[in-house]
Amino acid sequence: MSFTWRRRPAAGYAVVLLALILVGAIYATITGSGESAAATTPTTSQAEIAKGQQLFRLTCATCHGLEAQGTAVAPSLIGVGSAAVDFQVSTGRMPATGPDAENGRKPARFNEAKTHAIAAYIASLAGGPAIPTPAEVSTSGADLALGQQLFISDCAQCHNFDGAGGALTYGKYAPSLTASTPTQMYEAMLTGPEAMPVFNNTTITPDEKRDIIGFVTETRSTPNPGGFSLGRVGPVTEGLVAFLGLLFFMVLAAIWITAKHRKTADE
Amino acid sequence: MSDTGVPEGLPDEPTDAPASPQRVIGTPSPAQARTLLGDGAGDGDRAQLAPRELPADPGNPQRAKRAERIVAGLFIFSLLASIGFIAAYVGLEVGSVDAVLRSNLALGLSMGLAFLSLAVGAVIWVRYIMPDVELTEQRHPLASDSADRKAFKQTFEEGADASQFTKRPLLRRTLIAATVPLAVAPIVLLRDMGPLPGTTLRHTVWRPGLRLLAYGSNRPITPAEFSSPGGMITVVPDGYQDNPDALAAATAIIIKFQPGVLVFGKPSQIQGGYVTPNWTVDNIVCYSKICTHVGCPAALYEQTTHHILCPCHQSTFDAPRGAQVLFGPAPRPLPQLPLTTDAQGFLVALKDFQEPVGPSFWERG
Repeated sequence: MSFTWRRRPAAGYAVVLLALILVGAIYATITGSGESAAATTPTTSQAEIAKGQQLFRLTCATCHGLEAQGTAVAPSLIGVGSAAVDFQVSTGRMPATGPDAENGRKPARFNEAKTHAIAAYIASLAGGPAIPTPAEVSTSGADLALGQQLFISDCAQCHNFDGAGGALTYGKYAPSLTASTPTQMYEAMLTGPEAMPVFNNTTITPDEKRDIIGFVTETRSTPNPGGFSLGRVGPVTEGLVAFLGLLFFMVLAAIWITAKHRKTADE
Repeated sequence: MSDTGVPEGLPDEPTDAPASPQRVIGTPSPAQARTLLGDGAGDGDRAQLAPRELPADPGNPQRAKRAERIVAGLFIFSLLASIGFIAAYVGLEVGSVDAVLRSNLALGLSMGLAFLSLAVGAVIWVRYIMPDVELTEQRHPLASDSADRKAFKQTFEEGADASQFTKRPLLRRTLIAATVPLAVAPIVLLRDMGPLPGTTLRHTVWRPGLRLLAYGSNRPITPAEFSSPGGMITVVPDGYQDNPDALAAATAIIIKFQPGVLVFGKPSQIQGGYVTPNWTVDNIVCYSKICTHVGCPAALYEQTTHHILCPCHQSTFDAPRGAQVLFGPAPRPLPQLPLTTDAQGFLVALKDFQEPVGPSFWERG
């Protein structure tokens, strides 16, 4: 004669609970990864452009066309500038794996030298915004307060108040900025990749861009007084945890409390 | 009136009980453990009650024995957790963010475990130690019995007569007169909800010639500077950048388009559908940033699809077509701010928004 709550029903709940915990743990390990790449000033030479053209024809021309003129599946790259190429390639968005609502961040396919070579080749076609120098993206002495104000008025609507990213329409999304390097953030503002608006240097000056970058990098090191940051996306995850986690637990508890004893229920 | 209906003598200790020590607080002595109230002499009334419905013993004594140990263990655990709570409160420092984090974690965890183990123990107690029977309790009539009602009527009438409420009209009328303004007072207080907004909801601080400032840097903007197609920036009226009341209605976004993307025409009041031609400068359009649904900042601009998205309820506006609503709960397009340039070439407002910005309101029509 043993406890009924040790038998199968309780075991079933336990399995479901364990499965939930496992899913959470796997998700946490997957989303925790990130890579970074530092950029230096590209020194454009004829040899580098030639190397870039070769790399472009090998890996990019399939979609963007042999002369980067664009095709039905990919836009023209004439005039996009080296900054756009460096952003797309260094964040791993290009080369793209397939047509999708949005190309997400993934490990970069090319090292810095090769990336800069492709960027130099594209810049040689028709100019465009250039890769910023390390001094241009240095956050030392940045005005974090102004950076925060600018970020909140023009960036936070999509990227979240803490740079955690958020959803857009039809599968598109504003990515999290947690893994972005200062150079990549600068390039993104300058060139407006994917659905992102362009913030050119006359509208948001290079100094203001540095302030914004300084604010974004500063938020990464702010402590979480509540313990778990829950991705810092605000009430959405908190509500989700409360709703799916605690409510689920409470329903199980209610079922257990009100469940009838098998023997007596059968009479 | 003296008889309250409580059986006399029930709570009394039996006078002829064995000479066991008086145990008023805590558990009853083993000699009396069968019933909590004791088998007193005053139990005469109990004989008239129906035979007991709840068996005193569990159906499965062996299982109850094991459950008892578990419940006792849980209660002891709860005791330790409560002591831990006190210890954590006294012992842990709260000087820094990290220390507060640790303190909160310890306090919450210990108190949570204390309550949880108490609750789990109680449930196990009920389910495995108490007998498992279903009891039904018949409803009794809601009305009091006639004796009670008669007694109440008598008391009420005696009281009323003694107060001389009916005999002394002066007192009665002045009392009633005194309470009337008191009852009206809360209605008068509703005046604090005012004053009525008047026409303030229909206007913002934008006026002809007022410059657009890029919010944050607070610099005026020329069309030559805001020249990259796909560009978007939040703008505020010059002079009001630090006035939250004004910005709550007047904040707007400007978007720069490639030539040929904007669809010009005469917009309909409800549908939108077109950008008013004379209200743009060099393919730069200005829309209110306040969503027409419930007033969230609608500024998630996608330069590929030209959609403006509101983050709160996913209302989607089509920017090249006068911000007409493509999707979501917003009832109207985002109002367009008429733009022009001033003598120095900076972007300025041609005039205020033509229609009220933001969500609907009662008098809007």
